[in-house]
Amino acid sequence: MDLTVDDFAADIGSTEPVAVVGLATRATPPGDVRLVNAPVGIDSIQPAEMTIQCGAGTPVNDVAQALAEHGQQIPFPPGGTIGGALAVGHSGIRRLAYGAMRDALLQTHYVGSTGKVVKAGGPTVKNVSGFDLCRLMVGSRGTLGFLGDVILRTRPISAYEQWFTSDRDPWGLLTGLFRPTTVLWDGAASWVLLEGHEGDVTEMAKEYGLSPIDRAPELPSGGRWSMAPSELQSLRVAQPGSFVAEIGVGVVHHTRPRPPRLADPVQANLHARIKGEFDPTGRLNPGVDVLTVI
Amino acid sequence: MSLEEIYTGHDVDLIRVAARLRAVIRPDQVRDGTTETHLYRRDASTMSDKAGIVCFAESTADVQAIVEIAAEFGVPFLARGSGTGLAGGAVPPPGAIVISTTKMNKIISVDPVSRMAWVEPGVLNLDLSKQIAHLGVHFAPDPSSQQTCSIGGNVANNSGGPHCLADGVTNAHIHGMEVVLPDGSVTILGGEEPEPDGFDLRGVFVGSEGMFGVATKVCVRLMQNPPDVATMLMDFASVSDGADLVSDIIAAGIVPAAVEMMDQLCLIAVEAFIHAGLPVEQAAALLIEVVGPSRGVAADVARISELATARNVGGVRIAADDAERALLWKGRKSAFGAIANIKPDYYLHDTVVPRNKLSGVLDQIYAIVKDHDLQVLNVFHAGDGNLHPLLVFDGKEPGVYERVHAAGRAIVKASVDAGGVLSGEHGIGLEKRDLMPLMFSETDLAAQADLRRAFDPHMLSNPDKVLPSPATCGEIHRAPEGAWI
Repeated sequence: MDLTVDDFAADIGSTEPVAVVGLATRATPPGDVRLVNAPVGIDSIQPAEMTIQCGAGTPVNDVAQALAEHGQQIPFPPGGTIGGALAVGHSGIRRLAYGAMRDALLQTHYVGSTGKVVKAGGPTVKNVSGFDLCRLMVGSRGTLGFLGDVILRTRPISAYEQWFTSDRDPWGLLTGLFRPTTVLWDGAASWVLLEGHEGDVTEMAKEYGLSPIDRAPELPSGGRWSMAPSELQSLRVAQPGSFVAEIGVGVVHHTRPRPPRLADPVQANLHARIKGEFDPTGRLNPGVDVLTVI
Repeated sequence: MSLEEIYTGHDVDLIRVAARLRAVIRPDQVRDGTTETHLYRRDASTMSDKAGIVCFAESTADVQAIVEIAAEFGVPFLARGSGTGLAGGAVPPPGAIVISTTKMNKIISVDPVSRMAWVEPGVLNLDLSKQIAHLGVHFAPDPSSQQTCSIGGNVANNSGGPHCLADGVTNAHIHGMEVVLPDGSVTILGGEEPEPDGFDLRGVFVGSEGMFGVATKVCVRLMQNPPDVATMLMDFASVSDGADLVSDIIAAGIVPAAVEMMDQLCLIAVEAFIHAGLPVEQAAALLIEVVGPSRGVAADVARISELATARNVGGVRIAADDAERALLWKGRKSAFGAIANIKPDYYLHDTVVPRNKLSGVLDQIYAIVKDHDLQVLNVFHAGDGNLHPLLVFDGKEPGVYERVHAAGRAIVKASVDAGGVLSGEHGIGLEKRDLMPLMFSETDLAAQADLRRAFDPHMLSNPDKVLPSPATCGEIHRAPEGAWI
C-alpha cells in the first residue's frame, strides 16, 4: 500500500469535518470539506485461502485484473475503488449466484471519528467473533468510519461462462435453470449468464432454447431501484426497454431515478443512535444521510 | 427477606414482574416455579446460572409485551430457541426473564419462485428444509444440531455447518427479520428487497447473540437443490496429507459443497456407533461433497482424486447411492454422540485458522492435549479451516476440569496466533468473552460496545455476553460456574 492505515488515520485526525474520496465514480465529494484518500495497493493474494488484502483506495478494476491472474474474482461492480464500492454497498449483477457483495468483506481496519484505527472482523472465511462491524461498514457511505485496508473473500473464476438471450418468460428461466449466475429482463427480452462445465452449460442452454450472445446487455443508469423480487412482476406493465431488472434479486436498473421513500421512524431513531455513538460530532462525510440517499 | 421471598426463592421485584407479565399475557405462559427456572438455567454448554422467570411467547405481541415490562422494571431478558448453543449465549444472567420462542414455530409463507420464506424463530432448522423439500429448495446452513436447533438461534449465532463452505454461513441466508428492539419497539431489519435504505442492520443483528433484541419473524433465503451430488470419503496415513489436500483443492479453483475431516480417534468412535465401514486404521479421513450438474460434478471428482493421489491418499470411497451418502453424513454428524464410547464427558471447541495452517495447528493441538494428559478427537469443517477439537474426559476425575480448561485456552491461543479467529460458528457467549482481547484491542472492543449501546442503551438484552466487562461499561458479573475463561 502507498500509505499505512496509521498514516491514513493521522491524515484524518480527530477534529474538524473530513470526507473520504476514491475515484468519485459513485458519489460527488462535498466541496467545502477537507478530503482524504485511503491507502492504495494490493498487499497479498492467496488463492488457497480465497482472500485478497488491499488498501481501500485500490481501484476495483486493478484488483479484478490482479485476481484474474490467479484465477480468482470478487463480486464487485466494475469501476471506482474497493472502499467506494463497499461504502455504497451495491452488489454486481452476479448477485443471484454469488450472493451480496457485503458477504465478501472479511476484515477491515477503518478509522473512526476519533482518528483511531479500529479492526473489524477477522482474516478467515468463517468468523463469528464479536459483533459484525464489517456488515455495519458496508453501505454506511463513510458516515461511521473510513475504510483503510480490507481482506476480501474471493471466488474462483469458473471454467466456462456464456451469456445467452431468450424471449422466454424470465421467471420460467429462474425456476428451471440450475443456479444461473444472473437472469436479466427488460420487459420483453431476457438475458442469462450461465457458468460451470461447458458441457453442462451447453446442455442447459439447449434445453431452454437459449441463444448465445457476446456480452451482457447495457444497463440503464438513470436510477437503481430496489424491489422485492416478487414485486418485479409489476414491471410487466412498464415500458419495455425503460429498465433492466435482476430477476430473483430485485435490483432494477432504470432510466428514471428511484422515487424517494420515507424511513420508518423506529429505523430512523436507531440510525441516529448508531451515528451518535460512532460519530457524535458528525465530522465524517458530513451531509450524507444513508436513509435518504437515492 | 420476606416470607414470600423465602417461599418462592425470588425477590419481591421479580414477584411483581411475574404478576405484571401474567396480567398482559396468559398466566400459563409465565412460569416462575423452581422446575422451569432450573430447567432454563443453562444451554448446551457446561455453564449455568439462574433464570428468574420463563415466558413462552406465542407471537410478536407477546414478545413485545414481555420486553416492555422488562424495560419498565429494568430486568434483563434474553430470547432462547432450542438451547443448543455451546458458548453459554443462552445462559441467563441471574434473575433474567427467559423468552422461549419454541412455541413460535410456524412457517408463515414460502415463495418457491423468489426462493424465500418467512418463518417464526422457533422453527427448527431441519424441519424447515424437510417441509419445503417438495419444492426443490432447502435452507443451506446445516449445523450438526440441525435436528433440534432453531432458526432464531441460527440468526443469533450466525450459525454455520458443513455445507457453508460453498454457500456461506447464516448471514448470507437471511434476507431480513422482524425484531423487537430492547425498548419494545418493533421494526423490520433488511427485508425481501435486496438493497433496503440505510445501514445493514439486518447484517449486524445476525450473530449479535441476542444482545440487540429479539427476532420474531425471519425471512430466509432458500437454495435450489442440486441435480447431482457426489460424496467421497478419502483416507490418509498422515493427518497433514489430508489437511494439505484441502488447500490444494481450493487453490485448484474448486469449491466443494463441503470438506469435512475426521481423525483416527474420531473414526474409531463413530465406526463403533454406526458400522459404516470407516477406515479406522488410518490417521484421518476427508468427507468431500461436490454438487451441481453432472458433468461439472464428474470433472470435480476426477480433479480432486488426482490431487488426492499426489497427497498419498489411501482409499477413495464414493457413495453409490443416497443411502450410502446418508450413512457417511450420519457418521460425521453423530460424532459428538459417538464419543460416549470413549469417555463420558466432552468439551467441544471451535476456532478457525487459515487453511494452509491446518496441518501445523493440528500438530500443536495434539501436543497441547498430550501435555494436559487428555484425549482429543478432531472432527471439523476442514474446507473453512474451522477446527472442532473435542476434548474427551471423565468429569469425575479429580482436577480434570482445570486441565480441560487450560488445554482449551492453549488451543484458542494457538489458533489466533496462527492468524485465525476465536470462533467460527459457536459464537463468543460467556465462554470466550474474556478471550476477546486475544483478537481485538480496547479500541476495537469499544466500537463493538458502541454498536451494542445504540441498540440497547440500558444493556438489558442478554447482558454480559460477548464483550469483556471493561468495554461494556456495565455491571461486572462473575463468570458462571463451568466457564473456562
